[in-house]
Amino acid sequence: MGDVTTQTSPSGGDPVPNRIHARPVPRPGRLVAAAVVLVLAAMAANALVTNDNFRWDVVWLYLRDVVVVRGVMWTLILTFGSMAIAVVLAITLAIMRRSDNPVMRWVSWAWIWFFRGTPIYTQLIFWGLLAVLYPRLSLGIPFGPEFFSFRTDDVLTAFWLALFGLAFNESAYLAEIMRAGLTSVDPGQAEAAKALGMKDGKILRRVILPQAMRVIVPPTGNETISMLKTTSLVVAVPLTFELTYATSAMGNRQFLPIPFLVIAALWYLLITSILMVGQHYLEQYYGRGFGTTTGRKGRGKGPGGRQAAIAAAGTVQVDLAKEVTP
Amino acid sequence: MSVADTAPADAGTMVSVRAVHKVFGHGHEAVHVLKGVDLDVARGSVTVILGPSGSGKSTLLRCVNELEEITGGSVVVDGERMGYREDAKGVLHRLHPKVVARQRSRIGMVFQRFHLFPHMTALENVMEAPVQVKGLSKREARQRAAGLLERVGLSDRTDHYPSQLSGGQQQRVAIARALAMDPELMLFDEPTSALDPELVGEVLAVMRDLAESGMTMIVVTHEIGFAREVADHVVFMDDGVIVESGPPGEVLDDPQHERTKNFLSHVL
Repeated sequence: MGDVTTQTSPSGGDPVPNRIHARPVPRPGRLVAAAVVLVLAAMAANALVTNDNFRWDVVWLYLRDVVVVRGVMWTLILTFGSMAIAVVLAITLAIMRRSDNPVMRWVSWAWIWFFRGTPIYTQLIFWGLLAVLYPRLSLGIPFGPEFFSFRTDDVLTAFWLALFGLAFNESAYLAEIMRAGLTSVDPGQAEAAKALGMKDGKILRRVILPQAMRVIVPPTGNETISMLKTTSLVVAVPLTFELTYATSAMGNRQFLPIPFLVIAALWYLLITSILMVGQHYLEQYYGRGFGTTTGRKGRGKGPGGRQAAIAAAGTVQVDLAKEVTP
Repeated sequence: MSVADTAPADAGTMVSVRAVHKVFGHGHEAVHVLKGVDLDVARGSVTVILGPSGSGKSTLLRCVNELEEITGGSVVVDGERMGYREDAKGVLHRLHPKVVARQRSRIGMVFQRFHLFPHMTALENVMEAPVQVKGLSKREARQRAAGLLERVGLSDRTDHYPSQLSGGQQQRVAIARALAMDPELMLFDEPTSALDPELVGEVLAVMRDLAESGMTMIVVTHEIGFAREVADHVVFMDDGVIVESGPPGEVLDDPQHERTKNFLSHVL
């Protein structure tokens, strides 16, 4: 932008002597459409605010109730805990899928096949029944000696089962997202790094992953938001202190289900909004150097500034791949 | 096949390619790209490889720094056999990837499509390998990178991302990035083929300076003018073999083989 503005008006005069001042094309349809949509929106707002059955007084009274806030806390712990475990698992699975070792590839494929192929609710019930299936768990050599064993109920409480149940399921989806991200990076990048003498691990960490993140972050943000709401299914384990179950139990006790549903919905909306802000900044960070966002350095100098101005005008198709390797 | 392995490194020879074969794929889909190539490159000399597309010239270049594993023959760079070790009984062992990576780190390569790291600025691109491979401190690497970017005429573009640079500027950053590893040998794989015509000159100028500084270079290119002016040795390849080689004056102006004459008549 910088050079464009400096070129335009050094002395305040218009550098375009014959600038066009034309009347825009009349578009009455736009006004009508906007009016219709606004009326519909007003009707919806009216229906929400004026209907006493929503019991907004109850909503307000219990919005920051200690049970509700504790429910929010558990929901957040489950969301971020399971996503963190799932990300680590997914990176491992995605790298295994690309491995030269057929055993690695096959195990990764089977894991993804199983956890994507069965409903999360079924999986969570299954994890809840783990203690019935295996009253004692032990670590040892298959068909051989055991090193130590413990009672399943003592160690794997409902919380841990719910956390890992959610994480295992999520890892299968994230692994596919990561694989797509890794494959999206031009193979020439790995080749250039190889030619410089970098080893495979370094190439992955320093060259491939940072570029793959641009593709990985948006759907992963989506998955996080989705996970926030999937945590409400852990009642299948059963784990009963997260937001949905806590609020609906309160609503049933007081014979006022609707305001408590609204409370839960408001909290979910608030957290989702915060997550969206975070995602925006992550996308900006990993998009650096990729044309669409200017990034933190070298803003608006040289051909990049002109190119950015042309791209910002939105009149030309921006091919991201072409931007990197013209 | 073991002739070159045991031969003592000639102090004047930087690269010694012996009877190299390269086959891509297996069975019915196998493509025999290099069919027994011999090439010697003297230390401090510039070798230009010419030839029609599909003749195997890029593959030969990629075999020199092990980006492609050769199917037969041997490649020796600076007295060290690339990719393999021969034991006392004459059995070949594949080298560990760590060792291959170290071998590659002494050979700089410049690609047709630059392959700069798009998420790093020009300066960070040049700093990356010295820091990550050689373990240089960031401060030292930054200083040296700034010096190299100045050498290729880009000291005012250090903080730009590759997407903010023209093709010619990107290729010059790529050359600086390769030079940052202090290579003994530089490989250029059609470095100007992806450039707009008016940007070719700036890249060739940098390469010319590099040649004058005594760098050993192997250049695959279609720039006959560059070959004539800078090359000590011109090699013409066709269909996986070296058809003709010699000083530019001989190969370019007085070609002996029909295929060389035919090719030159098309590009000149």
